[in-house]
Amino acid sequence: MSGTFLGMPSLPVFGIGNLHEHEPFPKAARRELGNPQLRANLGHATRTIRDKRLAVVSELPDWEELREAGRAIKESVMARLPELLEEFEANFTARGGTIHWARDAGEANRIVAALIRDQGATEVVKVKSMATQEIGLNEYLEEQGIAAFETDLAELIVQLDHDKPSHILVPAIHKNRSQVRDIFLREMEGVDPELTNEPARLAAAARAHLRRKFLSAKVAVSGANFALADSGTLAVVESEGNGRMCLTLPETLITVMGVEKLLPGWEDLEVFMQLLPRSSTGERMNPYTSLWTGVTADDGPQNVHLVLLDNGRSAALADEMGRSALHCIRCSACMNVCPVYERTGGHAYGSTYPGPIGAILSPLLTGITAEENNSLPYASSLCGACYDACPVKINIPDILVHLRGEDVDSKRDKRGKRGRERLPSQMDLGMKAASWALSSGKNLGLVEKALPLGRLAAGPDRKITKLPGIAAGWTQSRDIPAPPGQTFRQWWDKEHQAPAAGPGAGAAPAAGTEAPGPKENP
Amino acid sequence: MNARADILDRIRSALRDAPAVPEVPRDYRRASELGEEELIELLTDRLLDYKANVFVEEAAAVPQRLAVLLEGTGRYAVPHGLDQALFAEADAHDAGSGRRVTDGPGHRLSVDELDGIDAVVTGSAVAVAETGTIILDAGPDQGRRVISLVPDRHICIVSAGDITAILPEALRRLDGTRPQTWISGPSATSDIELERVEGVHGPRTLDVVIVRG
Ligand code: SF4
Repeated sequence: MSGTFLGMPSLPVFGIGNLHEHEPFPKAARRELGNPQLRANLGHATRTIRDKRLAVVSELPDWEELREAGRAIKESVMARLPELLEEFEANFTARGGTIHWARDAGEANRIVAALIRDQGATEVVKVKSMATQEIGLNEYLEEQGIAAFETDLAELIVQLDHDKPSHILVPAIHKNRSQVRDIFLREMEGVDPELTNEPARLAAAARAHLRRKFLSAKVAVSGANFALADSGTLAVVESEGNGRMCLTLPETLITVMGVEKLLPGWEDLEVFMQLLPRSSTGERMNPYTSLWTGVTADDGPQNVHLVLLDNGRSAALADEMGRSALHCIRCSACMNVCPVYERTGGHAYGSTYPGPIGAILSPLLTGITAEENNSLPYASSLCGACYDACPVKINIPDILVHLRGEDVDSKRDKRGKRGRERLPSQMDLGMKAASWALSSGKNLGLVEKALPLGRLAAGPDRKITKLPGIAAGWTQSRDIPAPPGQTFRQWWDKEHQAPAAGPGAGAAPAAGTEAPGPKENP
Repeated sequence: MNARADILDRIRSALRDAPAVPEVPRDYRRASELGEEELIELLTDRLLDYKANVFVEEAAAVPQRLAVLLEGTGRYAVPHGLDQALFAEADAHDAGSGRRVTDGPGHRLSVDELDGIDAVVTGSAVAVAETGTIILDAGPDQGRRVISLVPDRHICIVSAGDITAILPEALRRLDGTRPQTWISGPSATSDIELERVEGVHGPRTLDVVIVRG
């Protein structure tokens, strides 16, 4: 059943978990920018993937048609989400799978831990999943005495080093080969002490390290890239084969997936499986994709579970301007083209979801009033590169601007509640002043007379590094040069006075400082 | 309220503006007109790009090709539905040494058994030339997913008639509810400094035999 919503509108319920900044973006960014290794690796990575993506995207004559189809499919999924979820549930269940619903991170973690305990298992193998990272599953399982082994090479590196991923596609991109070797030598049991830093040797060491785990694991935990409502089918897209190992070998498979990952049916997969690999790794197709529909007798796990996760997604859906952020297929193309991300890296965003998409998705999931995330919508120059790269055409710049507006409004409301009468904010006053100054040339001329004051503020190095009040936000991430000694209009006046006023002055008629108007015309 | 009702309720409430359900424009390519030779050439090119080994053979020459590929290999697994005649040449070389292990309803190879096997030979359901993708759907000539995963070398037979040009054509020939594995080259990673390394957990060698006619 779908139908219109007739009940009482409920207030949006936001998500919890690894969705928060631990400190404001500007502060985190300043620290990360001080790490030259990170900047060099990231610069190299984003440039390389960007070029590969461009090459394989330009091969397809119908790329724009695919993007448009992708966008429309996702938009229709969001509009029909309740009925599609019910359809998916019916099909998945009919095929022998079990569905669990989780309102938030805590509930999802408890469900997964209970399912693992039901099997009497104390360890699980995991295939890279952003949803489980979002809910902090590994940490929770550890508290419960269950060891979760990440099996994706990059995730393994990050996990062994007790670090956090910095990129959703290549999570260990902030480490170079020698650092990886050192981590393996330090943390991997029984590793060859002669291990070199050759990537092929390092990959072989990871293969040997995980092989026994795969072959003996009773329970695996995965995410899912897509779920097809009309059949109950799930899909995982990967490269290394660790996904296939997790999805095929253990008796029990537990998948955690956000409710927004649905597609209506089989026909839609052809669109997304053309969009995703090319946008993501810049390959024509990723090495392995696995599809499974509930339980297949004799083939793969016989005990199959899916945890459907809300954790703030319904709240994001309630934001009419922001809901298309849920269309994201986590390809990471927007990160690789983002000039801010290229320099700060993923850690500065705090949340599981970094880069341009993270800057909108995290505050949408947690609510913009969550202090930690309200600086994220400002982590962008609004250049629009992310929008052009996005395979499902999410208009990230528009949503950023919308969320900035929400942020300003929410702060004003907070102040309004405190004082008896709402005091105009600095922003309001600034806007008023600007509107007065720009309304006539005479007013602007008056303002310009104050310019030398700015030169004074700049000091001998002719840079202003701190502006007062709300303008401080501007100088938090940049210096501004001292204003020039005279304005363009003052210079023009001087240059265009009567010839006697100065050498080199042409025969131009004198111009007043008034804005162009009828009376000026000779 | 239980979580299910709660979540569905929240979602319905979020959608109380009743957003329109857009028409999905499907004017991307859905069919193509490449001939068999062009398809073979394109698929070969893509697979080589992924560092797979490719052999294009007439049907009659396949047993000989398999015998050569399996030379020097220890035991190898085959699914019960794969035509046993394909191994006539290999068997002749072996003089009945019994290197071939069949996985089928009567005898399911355990994971540990598979771990001790060097290679697997399977058929395939359909292939996509443009992306260099071979799709297995666990049909009788392909077997359970696990047998093409654990051995370190996968020899995969693709009939020319099963090659399509683009993904939408391939998916139209498949039943989405069968367990599927889409394979585009041997397993690979670019996780260390973006340097591509072929062969991580999946088979490190992929040999593709394309059969003409
Ligand atoms: S927002 Fe678009 S470009 Fe960015 S990760 Fe999501 S799908 Fe990819």
